[in-house]
Amino acid sequence: MIIPKLAFRNLIGNGTKTWLNALVLSFSFVAIIWGQSLFEGMDKEMSKVTIDQEAGGGQYWAGAFDPFDPMTIDDAPKTIPAELAVETSSGRAAPILIVSGTIYPKGRMVPALLKGVDPDQAVLKLPFDRLRGAAGDIPGLIGARMAKNTGLSKGDTVTVRWRDASGTFDAADIEIVEIFQTQVQTVDVGQIWIPLKALQGMTGRTGKATIVTMPAGTAPRTYPEWSFQGHDVLLKDIKNFVQAKSVGFSIFYLTLMAMALLAIFNTQILSIWHRRREIGTLIALGMPRGRVIRLFTLEGTMLSLLAAAVGAVYGLPLLIYMAKHGWVLPAGQADSFGLALNQALYPAYSAGLVIVTILIVLAATTVVSFLPTRKIVTLKPTDALKGKWS
Amino acid sequence: MKRSLQFTLIICALCVLARPGFPAQDASPVIAAAAILEKIDQNAVPGSKIMVAAMTIHGRRADRTIKSKSWIEGDDKAFTEYLDPPREKGIKMLKLGDQLWTYTPATDRIIGISGNLLRQSVMGSDLSYEDMMENRKWSDIYEAVEDGEETMLARPCLILRLTARVENVAYHQRRIWVDKDRWLVLKEERYGKSGRLLKTFEVTDVRQFEGRWIQTRALFRDVLKEGNGTEFVIESVDFDAQIPEVVFSKASLRK
Repeated sequence: MIIPKLAFRNLIGNGTKTWLNALVLSFSFVAIIWGQSLFEGMDKEMSKVTIDQEAGGGQYWAGAFDPFDPMTIDDAPKTIPAELAVETSSGRAAPILIVSGTIYPKGRMVPALLKGVDPDQAVLKLPFDRLRGAAGDIPGLIGARMAKNTGLSKGDTVTVRWRDASGTFDAADIEIVEIFQTQVQTVDVGQIWIPLKALQGMTGRTGKATIVTMPAGTAPRTYPEWSFQGHDVLLKDIKNFVQAKSVGFSIFYLTLMAMALLAIFNTQILSIWHRRREIGTLIALGMPRGRVIRLFTLEGTMLSLLAAAVGAVYGLPLLIYMAKHGWVLPAGQADSFGLALNQALYPAYSAGLVIVTILIVLAATTVVSFLPTRKIVTLKPTDALKGKWS
Repeated sequence: MKRSLQFTLIICALCVLARPGFPAQDASPVIAAAAILEKIDQNAVPGSKIMVAAMTIHGRRADRTIKSKSWIEGDDKAFTEYLDPPREKGIKMLKLGDQLWTYTPATDRIIGISGNLLRQSVMGSDLSYEDMMENRKWSDIYEAVEDGEETMLARPCLILRLTARVENVAYHQRRIWVDKDRWLVLKEERYGKSGRLLKTFEVTDVRQFEGRWIQTRALFRDVLKEGNGTEFVIESVDFDAQIPEVVFSKASLRK
């Protein structure tokens, strides 16, 4: 017990130097916890909203449908398998028919995807129920980005042109019944949502769909001409994005930590040099060299605990504030990534993250504190007492 | 890519515009609508021709004119080279059947164009590639009925209403105004399946080249879109020209 006590007394006795080191090291603590929790929060938020509004519990894709290959869109729709049709008719699965078309907002010609969705579906959390039972023109739903790009407002009528399954052109007017807000750009930009039955009728694709979105917890099954895509595929972009950002940001806090560890290393070397007479006295009085090494190493290790405490003083209010208000991105930046990124990023803290961070910093500090003390092994107490370093 | 499609439009427009009419002749008696379609189709089977033409896109802010020279053999082979403006000069395009390649001197690359890109309208023009890619004879894919008479360009015209009798046609219905003497289409309206008017094509000038009447100036309009349409003008045409087979090869794109 004497060693921890002695180590703590020495640490505090170092005064300003100790507090400065602790402060620098505490920056690493706070930066790591803030950064990692921010990316964890980003991942959770983007995944959740994408699952709610687009991916569901997985999707069945028809034929060779590939959302990134526009050439596959018009040939992809297939008849919904009977087993899935039972699910879709009760709203437990959301069939979506996708057809490429052209819209004419305010006389301009703009390519757009026409997406037919069942207004009674209960899988996706978008206001598709607004497409239900509207009279007159075909009801249409667009996202806020699409509305901004096309200059369309709620209540406007826009002409849409498309080709049916056999390649024949036709056109009709669609009334915009609602403009919805979403952070999922892939259900917003360049597309217009209309009732599934209307689009099936317009394009001669009765009973067909391009995608069937399933509810959470769906076990994949095999249907001819349909392939199941799970979250590993549907959320892949989000995971890759968060991972890339996380790795990029880690350079920032690794630099901070390297600076702090360098300061600790330097402090240890100076400390051992200045306290060589004390080391000689301790060894001359019979303290084994191993215990002397432990004493100095422990001083360094305690520094990291002190840094954690210092970090908590200013870090906790900061992290709590961030959790409450989020980190607001500059206007328009969230959309520039092309992912379901919110304008404000909310960190997600977890006990595991805090514990792992403390352990990593503790281990790193212990190692850099230990390295300079190896010199003590070769130190002769007689020389040390004279102030020499043998 | 857009340049390539634009390039394609010129070729296709030329194919339509340069459907030669019969040499001037006396007006025939009443001919059944189907027979008139046959007549138009016969006119539309061209031999070889070399022509210089211009396409003017009447945009919302300004007009743009693109000049080109084309070597055309039947419906399947066409080679076009941009002449003007300087920015487009030297771009070439080759169409062989349903295949299309373009060459851009700036990149020194030959690019094949296919799929959805062929369906797009280009550079604010009123035409999509598909509008002009219909190579099939109208008499094979449409039923025709007479729908009245009207005078166009001071010429007596029969109006025919064409309704598709096969599935895979771009326009379910068309109304055409046909010169009763020369069997030239002077006006056309293209309708969607629901009967909605989608596009119009109106000839504003016809001239006689080498004894054949051809439409030399025409305006295409996408009626769903605001604007004054896209105008095509044939400046010169040389019918039955001898075109070496090598012109219709990919190698000629780089020459």
